[in-house]
Amino acid sequence: MTNVRELTSQAPTNLPERSSSSPHILASPEEVAANEIVLEVKDLCIEFHDHKLPERVVENFNLVLHKGEIMGIVGESGSGKSMSALAIAGLLNRKTISKSGQILFEDKDFLNCDRRCLRKYQGDEISIIFQEPMTSLNPLHRIGRQVEESLRIHHPRLSKARRYELAIYTMRAVGLPEPEKVYRMYPHELSGGMRQRAMIAAAMIGDPKILIADEPTTALDVTIQAQIIDLLKEINVSQGTAILFISHDLSLVEQLCHRVIVMQQGKIIETGITHDVFTNPQEAYTKALIDAIPKVEL
Amino acid sequence: MLITLVVVSLCLYLSFQLISGDPATRMLGTSATPERLAALRQELGLDQPVLLQYVRWLGAFVTGDLGTSYVYHQPVTELLSSKIIVTLSLALLSFVFMCIIAFPVGIYTAKHAGSVLDRIVLVVNQVIMAIPPFFSGIIISWVFGMILHLFAPGGYISYTKSIPQFVGYLVFPAIAIALPRAAQAARLIRGSILEEASKNYTRTAYSRGNSTNGVLFNHVLKHAFLPVLTFMGMSLGNMLAGSLVVERVFNIPGISNTLLTSIGNRDYPVVLAAVMWIASIIIIINFLVDVLYRVIDPRTAEE
Ligand SMILES: Nc1ncnc2c1ncn2[C@@H]1O[C@H](COP(=O)(O)OP(=O)(O)OP(=O)(O)O)[C@@H](O)[C@H]1O
Ligand SMILES: [Mg+2]
Repeated sequence: MTNVRELTSQAPTNLPERSSSSPHILASPEEVAANEIVLEVKDLCIEFHDHKLPERVVENFNLVLHKGEIMGIVGESGSGKSMSALAIAGLLNRKTISKSGQILFEDKDFLNCDRRCLRKYQGDEISIIFQEPMTSLNPLHRIGRQVEESLRIHHPRLSKARRYELAIYTMRAVGLPEPEKVYRMYPHELSGGMRQRAMIAAAMIGDPKILIADEPTTALDVTIQAQIIDLLKEINVSQGTAILFISHDLSLVEQLCHRVIVMQQGKIIETGITHDVFTNPQEAYTKALIDAIPKVEL
Repeated sequence: MLITLVVVSLCLYLSFQLISGDPATRMLGTSATPERLAALRQELGLDQPVLLQYVRWLGAFVTGDLGTSYVYHQPVTELLSSKIIVTLSLALLSFVFMCIIAFPVGIYTAKHAGSVLDRIVLVVNQVIMAIPPFFSGIIISWVFGMILHLFAPGGYISYTKSIPQFVGYLVFPAIAIALPRAAQAARLIRGSILEEASKNYTRTAYSRGNSTNGVLFNHVLKHAFLPVLTFMGMSLGNMLAGSLVVERVFNIPGISNTLLTSIGNRDYPVVLAAVMWIASIIIIINFLVDVLYRVIDPRTAEE
């Protein structure tokens, strides 16, 4: 994939060949740890005030994400993975939710700056894809319009033709067949896997530094799941995009992530290089999670 | 669709047989001799079997002949077309007012749900919905007519005399018709927006850097409009069928006034034509609502 900032001035002339068979070799955890830091989360706490007693759903969440790094977040249902991800993406803005801590990106603190400032980065430097590809796209808008949307918002001076070109380019890059045709389709005309690819195209069109993927494959069947994981690898390798990969599927995390965070009841209980955590878990909870992985290899 | 019109008119024809009093007696008075009554009935074709009368009427109807009024001895088309112009003008004006009030209020209260103004609007809305139209009509006449002298209550001016004055007069009855519906529509729009705002695709829209207004106007509003569309169609239909109370209070010669008088007079050709107008309007509006649904929602277009 090419950088949107280059493309705003010149046409994507030579599209890279998509070789679906070529394995995308991830950089080693040590290599990515030497890269610059793109995101740092310090002491993130999230509380709900919907009821009489405040409910603390995330407590002292800390995270350092390097350029090109894939960080996994695992944990049982309700452990606060999605809440942390939404907070990082700047999507927890309800008045009944209180947040404290810092979310540092470049020189900005996403948690403590106003919406206007945050919006400049959303969809441009930091993108997110969700578990529910069926409902995450707007059913009344064509795919093309949704893929292009963040360009419209962040690069309003881009011509319509250039936007179209970039959309087609990105859609092809994420493996959507016949992108010119898909561009004119509506979400209900696509399968779940295609919708998730469209979501990824929309998230990647601005070439963000960070991609948050909140259980992006849970709603998909196994073969499609493997394809999406492969696509995320490709994005990471070719673009150097840092990925925050949330999943309760530990075998996926093992395949994909450089490092992993294990959460339980809103707290990080263990973190480290994926291989180390998986071979030598320190916490009984982590051990139990790992033991629960079905041993049958695909 | 035409089937509906046939069924409606047939039912109407049969119902004429059920209500007491016949046109001939109405026209000649109770002191008329039986011979004169019988002669008139024969002249009007009322001595024939009902179904035959109906088939005759239907035959004429499809050729565009609506018959002659028993009472005014004037072609029904001529008699009704002026009333329809009045009702049509009043209805369109009311509909425009309804939209002008309902959309901004609905959108604003949804955006600021829970605010003080939202709560005030909620109470005002409920009050407006509860006021019967004759009462709001009287209040409007009194405030705008008697106190502010913006129009002369009861001083209807025909469109044949002066179109601006005609419209100027209709503004106030149109408000009386529009208000309760606008209140309802605003509630509906508010609820519909709030429901859509909690859907997943709005979260996606925010994640791309949309402002609240961006999400609201580029994403949510189109969805939120769908459930409102049916209500809007129904309202327009009701407005076009004529509002009897408002026509009476403001002394406007519209369709529902004429319909009521004609039923009283047993002036069947007029009644039939007026009901056919109302039924056609409802059918056409339903059709348009359907088409709009398909235009807006590609999922329904597929079916
Ligand atoms: N509106 C709310 N009020 C109070 N608590 C809430 C609310 N919404 C979510 N929570 C709580 O926040 C906690 C964290 O939820 P979160 O969605 O982050 O879990 P998760 O780790 O993503 O789980 P899953 O694997 O099921 O997606 C849960 O315990 C949930 O009960
Ligand atoms: Mg979750």
